[in-house]
Amino acid sequence: MGMNREPQITTGVTSEPPLVRLTGITKRFGAVTVLKDVQFEVVAGEVHVLAGENGAGKSTLMKILAGIHTDFEGRIEYSGRAARPRSPLEASALGVAVIHQELSLIGAMSVADNIFLGRAPTRGGFVQDARQQAEAGHWIRQLGLDLDVQEPVERFPIALQQLIEIAKALSQQARVLVMDEPTSALNAPEVEKLFTLIAVLKQRGCGIVYISHKMEEIARIADRITVLRDGAWIGMAKAKELPQRKFIQWMVGRDLGEQFPRRAPHPGAVRLRLENVAVFPDGRSGPPAARGITFQVRAGEILGVGGLQGSGASQLFLGLFGAYGTPVEGRVWLDGRERRFSSPAHAIEAGLVLLTNDRKATGLVLSLSIIANTTLAGLRQMCRAGWRRPAAERTAAEHGARSLHLRAASLELEAGALSGGNQQKVALAKWLQTNPQVLLLDEPTRGIDVAAKREIYQLMDEWTARGMAIVMITSELPELLTLSDRIVVLHRGALAAEFSRAQATPEAILRAAMGQSREPENS
Amino acid sequence: MSEISAPTKPGRWRQLAASPGGRAFLALLLVFLVGVLGNADGAFFKIGTHRDALRQASVYGILACGLTLVIISGGIDLSVGSVLALVAVGGAKMAIHWGWSGWLVVPAGLGIGAICGGLAGWITARLRVQPFIATLALMVLARGAAKYASGGMKISTAVKNEAGGYGYVDVPALFRAVDARILGGNLSMVTVIFLTCLALAWLVLAKHRWGRQLYAIGGNEEASRLSGVPVVWAKVGAYVASGIFAGVAGLCQAAQEQQGDPEAGVGYELTAIAMVVIGGTSLMGGRGGMGLTLLGVLTIGYLDKILSINAVPEAGRLMLTGVIIVVAVLTQRRKRS
Repeated sequence: MGMNREPQITTGVTSEPPLVRLTGITKRFGAVTVLKDVQFEVVAGEVHVLAGENGAGKSTLMKILAGIHTDFEGRIEYSGRAARPRSPLEASALGVAVIHQELSLIGAMSVADNIFLGRAPTRGGFVQDARQQAEAGHWIRQLGLDLDVQEPVERFPIALQQLIEIAKALSQQARVLVMDEPTSALNAPEVEKLFTLIAVLKQRGCGIVYISHKMEEIARIADRITVLRDGAWIGMAKAKELPQRKFIQWMVGRDLGEQFPRRAPHPGAVRLRLENVAVFPDGRSGPPAARGITFQVRAGEILGVGGLQGSGASQLFLGLFGAYGTPVEGRVWLDGRERRFSSPAHAIEAGLVLLTNDRKATGLVLSLSIIANTTLAGLRQMCRAGWRRPAAERTAAEHGARSLHLRAASLELEAGALSGGNQQKVALAKWLQTNPQVLLLDEPTRGIDVAAKREIYQLMDEWTARGMAIVMITSELPELLTLSDRIVVLHRGALAAEFSRAQATPEAILRAAMGQSREPENS
Repeated sequence: MSEISAPTKPGRWRQLAASPGGRAFLALLLVFLVGVLGNADGAFFKIGTHRDALRQASVYGILACGLTLVIISGGIDLSVGSVLALVAVGGAKMAIHWGWSGWLVVPAGLGIGAICGGLAGWITARLRVQPFIATLALMVLARGAAKYASGGMKISTAVKNEAGGYGYVDVPALFRAVDARILGGNLSMVTVIFLTCLALAWLVLAKHRWGRQLYAIGGNEEASRLSGVPVVWAKVGAYVASGIFAGVAGLCQAAQEQQGDPEAGVGYELTAIAMVVIGGTSLMGGRGGMGLTLLGVLTIGYLDKILSINAVPEAGRLMLTGVIIVVAVLTQRRKRS
């Protein structure tokens, strides 16, 4: 695919003011400071990569730029003029457009209708379809695309939809385009198409903020790179002058000293063993989310699973748990017995449970009480001839609440009324109540405060000491490094690396997760 | 039901208005107040008025019992009015034409209801068709079946004899028993049947594992599935129960009319849904209960009776009922912070 990647304007040396410059940005959510004195700028004709681990503050910074967060300290200049967008609409008028990971198009409406959604050319209240189509066609052709603007958007593949969204942004006279993980849903040729388009946009004088976790992409298209870590500005450099090693150090180089001390494990018998497992979330006809997965976990062990977005780790867990309604391909042994789980009920009964990564959507029934949630998975055992025994339920819930240090005014409270940390404890209490042997934990500390995190680490330590085996997905490197006895890393559904506790370094894990070769330091 | 105590202070009123049960209770109280004020020359204070109000509300109430189960699980059942007609026709045919005893007619009638409900549940839970569409289709289908089974005629005690003329046969014992009054003529048997259905549904929802599963599914189906709840079976069960209750209502309707009318029960599903919703059970699923449904049944039942004893013509009654449903549902709406 012949594409012109030469930027017309050499970055950083023009006398023109940057399209956007943010300085001294500080943002607090309550008592928590999520951004501290951060700076960032985009000039015309550059791709400026904004990088950092999950939780580094990238999206918060972009939400400030896009007028979604309006309460912050600091200064924003648009082409040299200071302004504070108070709404996404104002930010859009200032020339900023965000291409979100989830597209904001309306599938059943035509391309033209989508491009002019909410601002269609009208006469006497009626949409002037011909004019709208002509103008939409103009913007689509500007991007080097050739498609019928009268077709509904949903007829086009996701990659084209993303490009339509970009056309929409251009038609709103956007000069700064923020692309948040734009390639997460694209295949290789589609990625090429997007990169060609980015080159076109650069030539037209747009500035692009590009958020990505993928090393090879960053290496290809970045002109400049800014790294955030824990809400702080770490550094900014021209891409050519930033060696990859230093780049990764910038992203992960944090003090791991005061983290939780995991007790030395005493691994027992193998509890869970996988051999060449493949998971097909959409049935056998669809693509596998994970394949060729082989590992084992012993009693008393915590196996950490690392990987970036799209690694397939969560789908692997769901598949093992029987959540897709069919057993996984390959072989799975639980406590030495080969098992095939085709429903969560089977897995739970056999002692394998899954804490999902989204407690509100898939973990808890927020409208039910703490007692009802805690006993939901083990209700069958707790009933006598199908009739519930409220006293037994209360005892079980009290026991769970005590052992998990749950703080709630009453166990009759709806789960929805609890804080995130306490909700997570209710979800964990539900699983402990079923007496599991193997816990699959998908992001067990996502969105909960530091104190609750520490408590959950402590509990995981206790559970393994009692002989449970834990497999844990986490996108937080410090958590992965301090809690795991061994670590496997997944990249695009395949095992990319396996580390012992002693071998694992943040750099090596991140490199494997980004799809770099296994041991580049040794070669 | 028993948690509602008579409030005495203004603060308690506010407290009462804070819960769905309290608001439904206040709505019912308001309807009673209207009844007391417009008592139609004391007619409202006669026991017969209350007996008749309860009797007229009972068939709707029986439907509302099944609907409460379905609605709490996050579904809806529009087919109950048609299933009522199908069972009424079938029951009349069995009891009048074929002379079956009540011991056969009742299980057969409820069986027809159960099959209809099972069909609706299967299409919804297993084939994943939206419950609104699935039960709308069944509503049409069951109505058609009722007309087919009856040949489009009412199945009454006027039966064609061998000479080609019509002769009257006795009203079957089952129908007489269901249409009877007890306690010195002060309570209708259908009301007793309604209260029995209410108690059964209450036992399921409040005391049985299945009930807890229905609340969980209505609150968050995916989380329930991932907690090992047998989602498909629990949902199919709710629709089967709804079909059985519709069957009970059908037999009661046939007994009261002493005939099986294929046109019976048109629009009953909407009245029954209104009763459930006015009580405060959420149409989104996950919240509600049988106590609330009882309040809803009494509110609409009494409203209708009070308007009719005050000789408000049907046109006005319908319009007023519509207004009251909107107001009641607005006050029931959960306020989000």
